[in-house]
Amino acid sequence: MYDRAPPRARLRDTAINLGHGAGGKAMRALIEDVFLGAFGNPMLDPLEDQAVLPLGDLARHGDRLAFTTDSYVVDPLFFPGGDIGTLAVAGTVNDLAVSGARPLFLSCGFVIEEGLPVETLRRVVASMRETAERAGVAIVTGDTKVVEKGAADKLFINTSGVGVIRPGIAISATNARPGDKVLVSGVLGDHGTAILIARNQLALEGAVQSDCQPLHELVDAMLSACPDIRCLRDATRGGLATVLNEFAQSSQVAIRIRERDVPVRETVRGACEILGLDPLFLANEGKLVAVAPPAEAPALLAAMRAHPAGAEAAVIGEITETPVGMVIMQTSFGGERIVDMLVGEQLPRIC
Amino acid sequence: MKYVDEFRDPAKAKALAADITRLVARIPRARRRPLQIMEVCGGHTHAIFRYGIQQMLPEEVEFVHGPGCPVCVLPMGRVDDCVALAERPDVIFTTFGDAMRVPGSRKSLLKAKADGADVRMVYSPLDALALALKNPDREVVFFGLGFETTMPSSAMTLIQARAQGVRNFSLFCNHTTIIPTIKAMLDSPELQLDGFLGPGHVSMVIGTRPYAFIAGHYRRPITIAGFEPLDVLQSTWMVLKQLAEGRCEVENQYGRIVPENGNARALAAIAEVFELREFFEWRGLGSIDHSGVRIRPAYAAYDAEKKFHMPNVRIADPKSCQCGEVLKGVIKPHECKVFGSACTPETPLGSLMVSTEGACAAYYNYGRVEGLARV
Repeated sequence: MYDRAPPRARLRDTAINLGHGAGGKAMRALIEDVFLGAFGNPMLDPLEDQAVLPLGDLARHGDRLAFTTDSYVVDPLFFPGGDIGTLAVAGTVNDLAVSGARPLFLSCGFVIEEGLPVETLRRVVASMRETAERAGVAIVTGDTKVVEKGAADKLFINTSGVGVIRPGIAISATNARPGDKVLVSGVLGDHGTAILIARNQLALEGAVQSDCQPLHELVDAMLSACPDIRCLRDATRGGLATVLNEFAQSSQVAIRIRERDVPVRETVRGACEILGLDPLFLANEGKLVAVAPPAEAPALLAAMRAHPAGAEAAVIGEITETPVGMVIMQTSFGGERIVDMLVGEQLPRIC
Repeated sequence: MKYVDEFRDPAKAKALAADITRLVARIPRARRRPLQIMEVCGGHTHAIFRYGIQQMLPEEVEFVHGPGCPVCVLPMGRVDDCVALAERPDVIFTTFGDAMRVPGSRKSLLKAKADGADVRMVYSPLDALALALKNPDREVVFFGLGFETTMPSSAMTLIQARAQGVRNFSLFCNHTTIIPTIKAMLDSPELQLDGFLGPGHVSMVIGTRPYAFIAGHYRRPITIAGFEPLDVLQSTWMVLKQLAEGRCEVENQYGRIVPENGNARALAAIAEVFELREFFEWRGLGSIDHSGVRIRPAYAAYDAEKKFHMPNVRIADPKSCQCGEVLKGVIKPHECKVFGSACTPETPLGSLMVSTEGACAAYYNYGRVEGLARV
């Protein structure tokens, strides 16, 4: 009667308490019911201290590993268009994808503030599962900690990811050269605006949804159309402006963009006007910035537009030689100005 | 975007810029030195840099970025008072976002928040009042600053607080008034301004009449200007046209928002709650008579300066800091000894480097490269 695996434990509590992180039966119930129930796969199910990844399988996808980590602490946990779970998977998948890697495996660590409703955790975990399925990645190892009330804000998630880069791809922020074109994959600032509106409970007309989405398929299509993509980054915190400044500094070139070609949704522009913010600095969670040789840019743009995640892609500017390390924008009004990195947070203006 | 894009039309901008070049050729003194036009308001400074307006104008026209950014003219001692209030455990300190980073002698509000003070960013003093109703066991203080643009909302909030009998709300009043400030600038001997772009949103409240002395007594043209880039260009054209024709008048380009007599209800709320201070200390400019307001005795229960003990120490501006000369247009931001070296947006010495409406920060962020294309 002992040769069958015992049935999975059920979690009957309605809120997380310190016991769920203590390593005993309560923790076992949490892991088996909530996490295994959602993420279950042959690598995770044995609940060893580590996932074991067969090298032979990895090598079939390419010749180099990409490895990345990111922590997610967004407040509020749920926002229009996504939640912390969608972010935690899509964000790490995208960090892998923009190296040209095919994302394969994720780890996830939860830091939970005691008192968090189990229902909330289940919702987040369900989003993670759904996003992982969309992205074709498996969550293969994890960790759970519960901290006292006030020691964390509701729920923090860390995910690390492993992907494999196929031969011949060499993407780096140092690769931009004068003459190259700069492209973005779609409208900018949706995520930042959605979070701002959700956080401040501003009743602005025209709801904005976060653009949170995995980008690995788009990147795959882009690399098929243009294997020589020079630089690629997802424009998360700090927005487009930050990524462009990073490219300009790493490659020791200047970047000139045209404001009228930078796609921004009307509602986002409107919200920025009201709040005194600049959409170039707003966070995105499903948009990338690419630099490509001029001859290949039209094919790259066409490939991006053919994919749903890049339907509104656009060429927004060029790489030039000077002034080195700077990003300059021709305003839609006809003048020119520097687009610098943010000093700290973007703070709304008084009047 | 409807009602916004119309005011950012590049074709109209080009035509206006060409008109401005033709006008300037008719002004003889422009051949000896550049014409200096002061935009009083920080909102205009921001628009000029954000849209690259200076590069669209001929070299004979220079903008001087005036004292109208409330964050920029805040003296250090006042920031210290804010920090002292915010650090009281019983206080929730509320403020507009861009006041968070202004350096005090010890720290900024942003730093105070990081050190554990309960500092919260709000979009309106009414949000602060709502916070007071939600937290009856805490004292909520709102940091009121700004010219007549933000004064009415502070006044209305105190009127509401009194009507509702709220006991745990108060205003730390640092509101300033524009007319004595412009007058003080005009009286400064170093000044050689040729004309003014008048503040749009202040004028929405006070109307256009209070500026008559600028045209009459000081013989300078002034145009009340809107904040979209075409507004700024057209207002500049109007000032230059007055100069070309030898006129000195108060003109109103922002007629769609600014009535000649201002907003009677807003003015009544201001008069109900506030009275003039004998003097108010300005960063970079020193003390200016009658340039600030305080809360009237009838509203003393809502006056943070009466309710709490404040350090109220005067702190001199750093010696190397030339904010005052920049504010008066005597030097340009990049001509300051510490611009871009000891004083940057990351570590601002002078307050003009703090807010994006500050001349130095705008200059640093948007325009520090020589050779941005002239259009």
